[in-house]
Amino acid sequence: MASEVRQATAEDLGPGGERRRDFLYVATAAFAGAGVVPVAWSLVNQMNPSADVLALASIDLDLSAVQPGQAIKASWRGKPVFARHLTPEEIADAKKVDVSTLRDPQKLEDRTKPGSEQWLITLGVCTHLGCVPLGAAEGEAKGDFGGYFCPCHGSHYDAAARIRKGPAPKNLEVPPYAFKSPTAVTIG
Amino acid sequence: MSFPWAKQYQPTSEVGKWMDERLPLARFVHGALGPGYPTPKNLNAFYNFGVLAGVALVIQIITGVVLAMHFAADTRVAFDSVEHIMRDVNGGWMIRYMHAVGASFFFGVVYIHIFRGLYYGSYKPPREVLWMLGLVIFLLMMATAFMGYVLVWGQMSFWGAQVITGLFSAFPVVGTYIQTLLLGGFSPDNATLNRFFSLHYLLPFVTFGVIILHVWALHIPGSNNPTGVDVKSEADTVPFHPYYTAKDFVGLGIYLILFAAFVFFMPNSLGEPDNYIPANPLSTPAHIVPEWYFWPFYAILRAFTTDFLGVPAKLWGVLAMFASILLLFLLPWLDTSPVRSNNYRPLSRLLFWVFVVVAVVLGVCGGKPAEEPWVRLSQVLTAYYFAHFLIILPIVSKLEKTKPLPGSISEAVLAKYGSKSGGGDTAPLAQPAE
Repeated sequence: MASEVRQATAEDLGPGGERRRDFLYVATAAFAGAGVVPVAWSLVNQMNPSADVLALASIDLDLSAVQPGQAIKASWRGKPVFARHLTPEEIADAKKVDVSTLRDPQKLEDRTKPGSEQWLITLGVCTHLGCVPLGAAEGEAKGDFGGYFCPCHGSHYDAAARIRKGPAPKNLEVPPYAFKSPTAVTIG
Repeated sequence: MSFPWAKQYQPTSEVGKWMDERLPLARFVHGALGPGYPTPKNLNAFYNFGVLAGVALVIQIITGVVLAMHFAADTRVAFDSVEHIMRDVNGGWMIRYMHAVGASFFFGVVYIHIFRGLYYGSYKPPREVLWMLGLVIFLLMMATAFMGYVLVWGQMSFWGAQVITGLFSAFPVVGTYIQTLLLGGFSPDNATLNRFFSLHYLLPFVTFGVIILHVWALHIPGSNNPTGVDVKSEADTVPFHPYYTAKDFVGLGIYLILFAAFVFFMPNSLGEPDNYIPANPLSTPAHIVPEWYFWPFYAILRAFTTDFLGVPAKLWGVLAMFASILLLFLLPWLDTSPVRSNNYRPLSRLLFWVFVVVAVVLGVCGGKPAEEPWVRLSQVLTAYYFAHFLIILPIVSKLEKTKPLPGSISEAVLAKYGSKSGGGDTAPLAQPAE
């Protein structure tokens, strides 16, 4: 027996007390895992917005025809956007409000771009349960505070689209946008 | 599996023998729902509802496969293709009404099935896994029903999709990413419609698979029964066939009469008329409500109106809604009473009926606009819903003095129906007739 050379097997213990087979198990699992994770991710990631959906993620609006007191509706990412031309009185009123009394304290200046304070651009999505508030189109109810009124559960927004009364927790959201000229704006 | 006195399958013909040695399908059916499956002999009509739920699923799958032959999952034509089914496809109106009414009936049957299990303690050992598989089926049904409703691409479809996927946006940090991932965009659109169609077609078959596990888990201990007492001898059981096959066919007949009454005479009575308006992303219906079978959960969702413990109201609502169902998975461990059937648990039985009323009134609240008094009522009832499972039931099951159980199912049956001279329907089971 002593002269016989013993074949090494996968069951032999290494210097750390582990079997060679353990190494094979770990290596196999790691290799398979490294393959499975990216495949699984691509199966999940295909659900994210596709390139054509993302390509429509920004829109251009021409505001030149919108007179003070008027507003236009547009669709951005499938959601309504209200672009409103505030009158000087509305701006003055909005600035008079004591911000600390508001549910979601924001000044008009926080919600508009410097130099274009007469343009209030917000999403037309009530922050309560996502309804579209009234007040952007001619003849629609503007609510008790002269801004927007959500008919679903009675949220009243003021001319700066700040929540003043009703169940909504937040002001109407201001989307990211930039003016390219005094009357042309890119949303998104 | 099964009891020792179960009749063994004996192939009678040469062909039957030949087949039995190669693929014992007949043997399997014989043992699963034939003469070879001994079943407690005292099952009442409420035990029909498992089979009825299975039939309801099959009706949904058959009508659904047919509808898919005519439906087009594209936001530009989806609504029109549904109207095409209603007006142009031969008999399409009937197939679609069967599918729409069938969804409501499926939920109705499953709710009775669940409350049957609650009343007779069918979730208690050794049937915990059976109970939990049932809840998995319920969750799959809810997901399937929601996505199917969206396919019509009417106003309620669109805004329902908006609100339900919006629930996920309540989760901090990852919320909006999850919502975008689910929608495949920033609001419900073509990508949403297509994936919902794909999953709506897939999930019923997944459900079918889980039902196989559910029935398998049922066949290990066998059915529970109205006494909640275990089967002790052959005298307690009858063969499933012909006794319960016959009883199930009676139940099925009644079910189909009711089903036909709705399909042919009031197919839209269970639905929302707003869903006959094509989806319009720029205009919200004044009053967004889900179908009636989601109302209790919708009421729980909307019951949270103020932030507390630093968690926004919206997130509380979402967590509570999910918890209201997930809680039921723990029920076998919350109710620790060794007595299964509420027939022998006077206090628990009273609380069961209180819970039924609470669940129904929550449903009423969920179908109403989010105004007073419905919001306040939802809040009180939501609190009770959770208290029932987390506080009341654990305490009652510890303290309650239960009535004496009958020695066996046979004893209970004989006490009720056995002697023609005495007893009678209302005689207490374990007391001598007076």
